[in-house]
Amino acid sequence: MASELQDLHADYEKRWGFRDPTDYVFKARKGLDEEIVKEISWLKQEPEWMTQIRLRALEVFRKKPMPNWGADLSELNFDEIYYYMRPTDRKGRSWDEVPEYIKKTFERLGIPEAERKFLAGVSAQYESEVVYHSMKEELARQGVIFCDTDTAVREYPELVQKWFGKVVPMADNKFAALNTAVWSGGSFIYVPPGVQVEIPLQAYFRINAENVGQFERTLIIADEGSFVHYVEGCTAPIYSTDSLHSAVVELVALKDSRIRYTTIQNWSKNVYNLVTKRAIAYEGATVEWVDGNIGSKVTMKYPSVYMVGRGARADILSIAFAGAGQHQDAGGKVVHAAPDTRSKIVSKSISKDGGRTTYRGLVEVQKGAVGSTCRVECDALMFGATSRSDTYPYMEINEDNVTIEHEASVSKVGEEQLFYLMSRGLDEDEAISMVVNGFIEPFTKELPMEYAVEMNRLIQLEMEGSVG
Amino acid sequence: MPVLEIRDLHTQVGDEPILKGVSLTINPGEFHAIMGPNGSGKSTLAYTLMGHPHYEVTAGDVLVDGESILELEPNERAQKGVFLAFQYPHEIPGVGMSDFLRTARASLTGEEVDILEFHDELEGRLKQIHMDPSFATRALNEGFSGGEKKKAEMVQMAILKPRIAILDETDSGLDVDALKAVAEVVNSMRDGKFSSLIITHYKRILNYVRPDFVHIMVDGRIVRSGGPELADQVEELGYEWVRAEA
Repeated sequence: MASELQDLHADYEKRWGFRDPTDYVFKARKGLDEEIVKEISWLKQEPEWMTQIRLRALEVFRKKPMPNWGADLSELNFDEIYYYMRPTDRKGRSWDEVPEYIKKTFERLGIPEAERKFLAGVSAQYESEVVYHSMKEELARQGVIFCDTDTAVREYPELVQKWFGKVVPMADNKFAALNTAVWSGGSFIYVPPGVQVEIPLQAYFRINAENVGQFERTLIIADEGSFVHYVEGCTAPIYSTDSLHSAVVELVALKDSRIRYTTIQNWSKNVYNLVTKRAIAYEGATVEWVDGNIGSKVTMKYPSVYMVGRGARADILSIAFAGAGQHQDAGGKVVHAAPDTRSKIVSKSISKDGGRTTYRGLVEVQKGAVGSTCRVECDALMFGATSRSDTYPYMEINEDNVTIEHEASVSKVGEEQLFYLMSRGLDEDEAISMVVNGFIEPFTKELPMEYAVEMNRLIQLEMEGSVG
Repeated sequence: MPVLEIRDLHTQVGDEPILKGVSLTINPGEFHAIMGPNGSGKSTLAYTLMGHPHYEVTAGDVLVDGESILELEPNERAQKGVFLAFQYPHEIPGVGMSDFLRTARASLTGEEVDILEFHDELEGRLKQIHMDPSFATRALNEGFSGGEKKKAEMVQMAILKPRIAILDETDSGLDVDALKAVAEVVNSMRDGKFSSLIITHYKRILNYVRPDFVHIMVDGRIVRSGGPELADQVEELGYEWVRAEA
């Protein structure tokens, strides 16, 4: 017996590459080094291959320079960040510490008590049990896998190994490397061939502290001819004491499948939100990003679609809202790498009270992508003299037989428009929020109903007290 | 008590004086028309009454029900029953006409609006003015033709039920059918209390909406007032006649 146990122990060491777990206690600490990365992997009982991916990514992260072409990241200090905290470590924060503006927004949005505590990071769990369980059964019947990515690594290693890091390689950018080294949580979805998932899958149903964590990793694979709509985030502000949120989202849309990915990001206004979102669309596949950015201090996010098969389609619709002290640097990126591919990018931004929005987009048409069409449309709406909006539309067109359209507009919210609405009895705040809600209507109409309603209310709250 | 009383109103835009002492009294139920050549200050009067921030009142007063409204915001003036049908109505993308008017009416009355009743009422008014009911769900004025915008202003007026409606050249650019439809809506508002101030270049609309009084405005002043026959004289003799007399 004793020797068997010893063998096991030896085997454990060999198989998992870890120290004996009994003499090891994880303690959350600031900063990032190999030890931390190994500890994260150990805590999650990951297979060796994932540990190795993490360690390689750490090396890449160290070598990669900070991006200097976008938002100002100079205040970001990597040594001052907790890269992993167990949900249990997070407890102890009290409701009193939650900033007043967030509590107020919860109240005015009518978020239920239990949810408020979760969103504020005071409680670690919030699950809408009933809905989630009935949904889980239906999904299982269809063969759909929907779980957190940690679970997927353990239970569906072949699928994860095949696609993890293939859409967003760790060397893509510094923050993709960071995420790959320290990722935790996020969603994993696999939809079998031909399966149409009728209801939108929402992280909200199985939300927990890991999901709203700093370094989520999401991987969605839609097999041939399937369809899935995934909704990430919620309109209510999510309070985080962490200053950095850096997620990676990878979508794989196999032949003739369609993935729609909807995000509403409303991080508290102390967060750097630096996210890499990318999709590969194979022949005849469609990928739609519906991306809303309301919160955070700085966001840099450019959902991308690489159309690698004939007839693939990309649709990127984003809105960004920047109030005082916020910079939303967002946009989209499409790569036409096959013939007859079609893409559309629509970007709408609102800046007020000195907030700053940037549209940054890349359209790349590779040689041979004949018959491709691309349309880019960006509209900015500004309130107040100190607000700012910039547009950086990059184009790399290496094929002649293509159609590219670009349209941009910037409007100061018209005194005339407001006067018109006010003359009908609306006060200034009502008039402003009406103009803004109308402006983002192309976005809200793409949201599931309950989100659309909340979104309009949220914008109304955000716009209160702005001067036209 | 007059519903609207304008007393020696002076207005300027920037440094340029435009209204140079306009006085006018409108009693409940009365329809007044203001005619005048281009640049005489008619639209300035309309904007000033509604409280447009660019028009600065330098002297005089405007009273609704005997109380000055000069310090009030446009929405507060609307709450007192003032309505302006715009010469160039603005497009509000993404805001459905029905949603907008329901919000506006709720703001004006301070009461919840019954959605179904409201829907029927709006549809009735759209039909009355020969507009397709689908306009209710279209974005406010967006992509409307010039004539449709003018007609939509009349629908808004009918739905919001003001006590004094200022029509700023609502008739201009309308074909005869549209003009008749506009007139029908305005006339249907007559109830002995509803009053209107119709601003126009031409007598044409006054053939369909009979005014009780006609005023001629030239160079920021009302230079002549009279009954409906005054409009006929303008039609016949042009504004030069009044200018010469003034």
